[in-house]
Amino acid sequence: MDATLAASRTPQPRRDIAAALGRRRKRTDAMVRAFCIAATLIGLFFLASILLTLIGRGLAAAGLNVFTQVTRPPGSEGGLLNAIVGSLIQTALGALIGTPIGLLAGTYLAEYAQGSRLGEVVRFVSDVLLAAPSILIGLFVYQLLVVPFGGFSGWAGCVALAIIVIPIVIRTTEDMLRLLPNTLREAVIGLGAPKWKMVTLVLWRAARSGIITGALLAVARIAGETAPLLFTSLGNLNWSVALSQPMASLPVTMFNYAGSAFEDWVDLAWTGALLITFGVLGLNILARTVLHRGR
Amino acid sequence: MQQAATIPPPAPPIVARRHAGSLSDAVFALSCGAAGVLVLVLLGAVIVSLFLGGWPALSAFGAGFLSSTEWDPVQDVYGAGVSIYGTLVTALLALALAVPVAFGVAFFLTEVAPAWLRRPVGTAIELLAAVPSIIYGMWGFFVIVPVMASTIQPAVIGTLGELPMIGALFAGPPFGTGILTAALILAIMVLPFIAAVMRDVFEAVPAIYKESAYGLGATTWEVVRGVVLPYTRVSVVGGIMLGLGRALGETMAVTFVIGNANRITPTLFGPGNTIASLVALEFPESQMGSLKLSALLALGFLLFIISFAVLAISRWLLRPRAAGR
Repeated sequence: MDATLAASRTPQPRRDIAAALGRRRKRTDAMVRAFCIAATLIGLFFLASILLTLIGRGLAAAGLNVFTQVTRPPGSEGGLLNAIVGSLIQTALGALIGTPIGLLAGTYLAEYAQGSRLGEVVRFVSDVLLAAPSILIGLFVYQLLVVPFGGFSGWAGCVALAIIVIPIVIRTTEDMLRLLPNTLREAVIGLGAPKWKMVTLVLWRAARSGIITGALLAVARIAGETAPLLFTSLGNLNWSVALSQPMASLPVTMFNYAGSAFEDWVDLAWTGALLITFGVLGLNILARTVLHRGR
Repeated sequence: MQQAATIPPPAPPIVARRHAGSLSDAVFALSCGAAGVLVLVLLGAVIVSLFLGGWPALSAFGAGFLSSTEWDPVQDVYGAGVSIYGTLVTALLALALAVPVAFGVAFFLTEVAPAWLRRPVGTAIELLAAVPSIIYGMWGFFVIVPVMASTIQPAVIGTLGELPMIGALFAGPPFGTGILTAALILAIMVLPFIAAVMRDVFEAVPAIYKESAYGLGATTWEVVRGVVLPYTRVSVVGGIMLGLGRALGETMAVTFVIGNANRITPTLFGPGNTIASLVALEFPESQMGSLKLSALLALGFLLFIISFAVLAISRWLLRPRAAGR
């Protein structure tokens, strides 16, 4: 009653103030919304700019020689064959070494280390490794494998990449195993199966799509890594698949070529960039598809 | 009764299998644990090897290594001052540029965008994080640097550069490369990381809180400012720290556009170096076992300490208790 009386005494001014206040609030809201749309467009613009630049400059110089010829001096129709093969070898071996270790450590965190202090520490350290600058991994492997064995080698490159793979696989494995319901574990244990069978035959299988996603993301990440390879496998201008020798890789070759003054080397660098980026983005999209299928 | 009598016979094999099972169980548990401990050993080995490798330089130059701005391979005198300055300035500038945009993206993806648009746009922004850093470097060098040199820098020098106090920050010739360009590239690189964390924590806000605010007549912005941001404050800062950790250690992209100069210039358009770019650029010219190489490893050790601290803070802020509070 009081409220209606008060309202009827001074109706006009209040409605004005309220309307003005409402307009201001609406205007602020509209401005912030416009800012958010602009921010998103900025992000998408950069992605589009990168992809279009890659397609434009990468395709311009692309020819069969990229895949059939090894790196050669400027002006002599060289390709990227040794770099592509070197990258494939190092990426594959890095993933093959790193994934099982990451899988076991992730299983340890999810299934064996619940509430233990050691598990907490391992999880923290794995997160630190996950976000640690990759150049430091390169310097570490340089100290560990290059200096004592007296030279750069493909093996050192593989190990550096494997160290980058491990924390990525740990993270996805642990997350995926934690998503599995405890009733699943109880059912297996209730049948009298030992724990290792529960993990390998039931849990890993149930979490398979998530674990594969993690491995694919890890491959995508190391395929484009440059800094760790600079200090480990160094790069090789000649055809070489010997892991004890310096080994060429696509990112390192791109790094050397893009900074050079020779037109055809820069063009080859762009073609390499196109290959790497679409390979990496393709792997990312594949990983997402696997995950969504699995769910 | 008959059933009870038939059960005992299979018992011996079960006992036998349990023995076999417990052995393989122990082996499996041990290998899982060993893989976990290996991760610890790896991190420890990284720290120790970088420290030991950098020790000759650290002991030769003492604490002055941290502050000295000299980097003179001819005289064999090395200091970390310039690259530490460059690392911090580029990373902080990158955050200043990236955080508002990342917030905008996260706000858009959680509150503004229609549902059908959220997944494709979110995926596109996440793909920005998947692009390898060397691609950012090449793109920055061949696309952004010319634009900076021909358009943005001359315009800024002509306007902001004329102002009395902050003019010094925007002075100098427009090379296109330099601290500000590096910060811009870094900002684009850390944007998706920060935006992803913000989106995830914004989505974790219970709908009932937001609905209560909407029910009171709040606008979308008021809901975000009054409910979502206070609720997720700690995690948002954690996400920003995660982006800072990325920006501090980024190598290839910065190497292309920083300009590679070992001096501190007051202008943001001037060239510089970060720890990571200096290591990447100088490493090929260092002999195994030389003092220069040791100085580079010491720089790596410093970078590790800085990023370890930032990551530890970020993880502490993003710990599950805070996120799911």
